Amino acid sequence: MSEFLSMGGYAAFVWPAYGLTLIVLVANVLLPRRRHRRILKQLRVGTDEFQSVSQPTVRHVP
Amino acid sequence: MWRLLVRWFHQLASPPYFYRFAGRVAPWFGVVGGLLIVAGAYGGLALAPADYQQGDGFRIIYVHVPSAYLSMMAYVVMASAAFVGFVWRIKLAHAVAVSAAPIGASFTFLALVTGMLWGKPMWGTYWQWADARLVSELVLLFLYFGYMALRAAFEERDKADRASALLAVVGVVNVPIIHYSVIWWSTLHQGPSISKLDAPSIDASMLVPLLLMIFGHTFLFVYVLFERLKGEVLLRERQARWVRKLVGTTA
Repeated sequence: MSEFLSMGGYAAFVWPAYGLTLIVLVANVLLPRRRHRRILKQLRVGTDEFQSVSQPTVRHVP
Repeated sequence: MWRLLVRWFHQLASPPYFYRFAGRVAPWFGVVGGLLIVAGAYGGLALAPADYQQGDGFRIIYVHVPSAYLSMMAYVVMASAAFVGFVWRIKLAHAVAVSAAPIGASFTFLALVTGMLWGKPMWGTYWQWADARLVSELVLLFLYFGYMALRAAFEERDKADRASALLAVVGVVNVPIIHYSVIWWSTLHQGPSISKLDAPSIDASMLVPLLLMIFGHTFLFVYVLFERLKGEVLLRERQARWVRKLVGTTA
């Protein structure tokens, strides 16, 4: 196992390359899904990306 | 058959149809892409033998080549979609171009960094400004950034679409430059080893994991593109009846 981890002396280059790849892949999977959910939510409360999300539209019930 | 295909294409360009289509199809691309990448990474790290010259350092190829390939493939998708949107004014095409940009940029960044991590032990340097392959790939990253920055400079989406489409289409000349740079100019970068399909110059036990990774990245690209497009289509169509129905702001 430690032989595998040492990558024949190239561990300092191989593992960062694979680690960064994992990060980029995971980010590419997670971020668009989060964006889609946020957009759905924003459209639901009637705000869009040009309006601030921090000021939710208050709905008055007559 | 041909007519059916044309009709399907027309249907697909309609935003509500595409939104549902992407939602149904995307997960399959994601699952297949993920499985291929896991298999490819296992093969590349554990099954493939060490290279006779580069030892275990060559294993970076399994993350470097797929990201470099995807960085260019995403650009071609982006530029083609931008061209279609510009000429035929198809709304969905612009949405495709916009959605491909951040994916392409992230894999260009990844190709550059994994390349540097491979270059240091093999060439003795992380970076070489005189190297055409390295510099043209960096130019690709700046083209993606330029495309996104240009879009952000416009308030109106229509104007952003048209201006950024021009940039994307002009910038496509960089793609063949990247590809042929290792042949046209002297470079540290090695020549192509698998695109000579008739006689690839690497052994099957090394080649198969690489092909799995490349196909896996392609599937994953389609998945991420569709997921991005779902959000983009909703934003662009937020006044449309089908979106208001979907989010429940109208009966």
